[in-house]
Amino acid sequence: MSWTTILLLAAGAYVFKALGVLIVGPATLRAGAAAPADASGDAPEATAGGSTSTTDNVWLRLGQLLPPALLAALVVSQTIVTGTSLVIDARLAGVAAGAVGVWRGAPFWLVLVIAATTTALLRLVAG
Amino acid sequence: MSRSAYVNNAIVIGAATGVFGVAFGVLAATNDLTVAKTMAMSLLVFTGASQFAAVGVVGAGGSEATALGSALLLGARNGFYGVALAEHLRGRFFKRMVGSQLVIDESTALSLSQERAEDTEPAFWAGGLSVFFFWNLGTLLGAIGGESIGDPEALGLDAAFPAGFISLAAPAFGHRRGIVAAAAGALIAIAATPITRPGVPIVLAAAGAIVALFVPGGTAPSSTDEAIA
Repeated sequence: MSWTTILLLAAGAYVFKALGVLIVGPATLRAGAAAPADASGDAPEATAGGSTSTTDNVWLRLGQLLPPALLAALVVSQTIVTGTSLVIDARLAGVAAGAVGVWRGAPFWLVLVIAATTTALLRLVAG
Repeated sequence: MSRSAYVNNAIVIGAATGVFGVAFGVLAATNDLTVAKTMAMSLLVFTGASQFAAVGVVGAGGSEATALGSALLLGARNGFYGVALAEHLRGRFFKRMVGSQLVIDESTALSLSQERAEDTEPAFWAGGLSVFFFWNLGTLLGAIGGESIGDPEALGLDAAFPAGFISLAAPAFGHRRGIVAAAAGALIAIAATPITRPGVPIVLAAAGAIVALFVPGGTAPSSTDEAIA
């Protein structure tokens, strides 16, 4: 791989990160601050009587709902995807075992150990 | 999560990425990348999936343009992470420029999973710097011939990461809208996987956040304060 490719990749990867942190993110926050409390008035909560925060609005909520959407997709991609195929293998068993650990209140490090050990043992057995 | 808890978690997740750093260093070495180029990737690109993809594509005989495209698609999700992190990263522009380099899966998950609002920023730096340190240390060891440290897949570590993300995210996003966003994001990723290139499904999954906006009532995700009570 050439230095040119490496430096273009470094620049491109950084542009994505910085675009979010330095430009789009702050712009979203400004839009949120400028349009408090669902100025559009058509949010479902207005009728359902849900959200009451005065700073709560569509932009801020969108920013706060991005992480669960992206992290769930990341978990799916790391658990049942190989390339462009959906694949069930030892990863899924490990992640499922780890998820049971989460459910039972296991600390973070133990969840990692449970998931890794389960997957490693299955691979060992499967040869 | 207390201060020591996120510092500990940052070290644990950093150490786990370090093993993948070794694997990256070994992969780069076997594909005839010099140590300088390999380290430049881990220091400057610093987003693991993109690095593996770039070296993998070239190693498999693909063009450098294809490698660049594949790697950048995998790095695109960091832009969305940056949007979500923006409200938590404060301080001078220069500091936030430096912080931007540390915006990756692990630092984002660790930061945004904090129950106390004041912990989100230090948790981001702890996670980002820990992963940066271990990832680069691992890369260096692998690049100069550290194959003996172990194969991360034989150790099952590829399953540790998604399980770890579940562990971090479950308490933080366990409210109704968060669950809908996660479910929608997961379904979008599954649906998009066979028909798009790697990296694209996670970017498309951002639409899951839009779906969750239409969930009536419920817990404003901004209420990190509520979680303390």
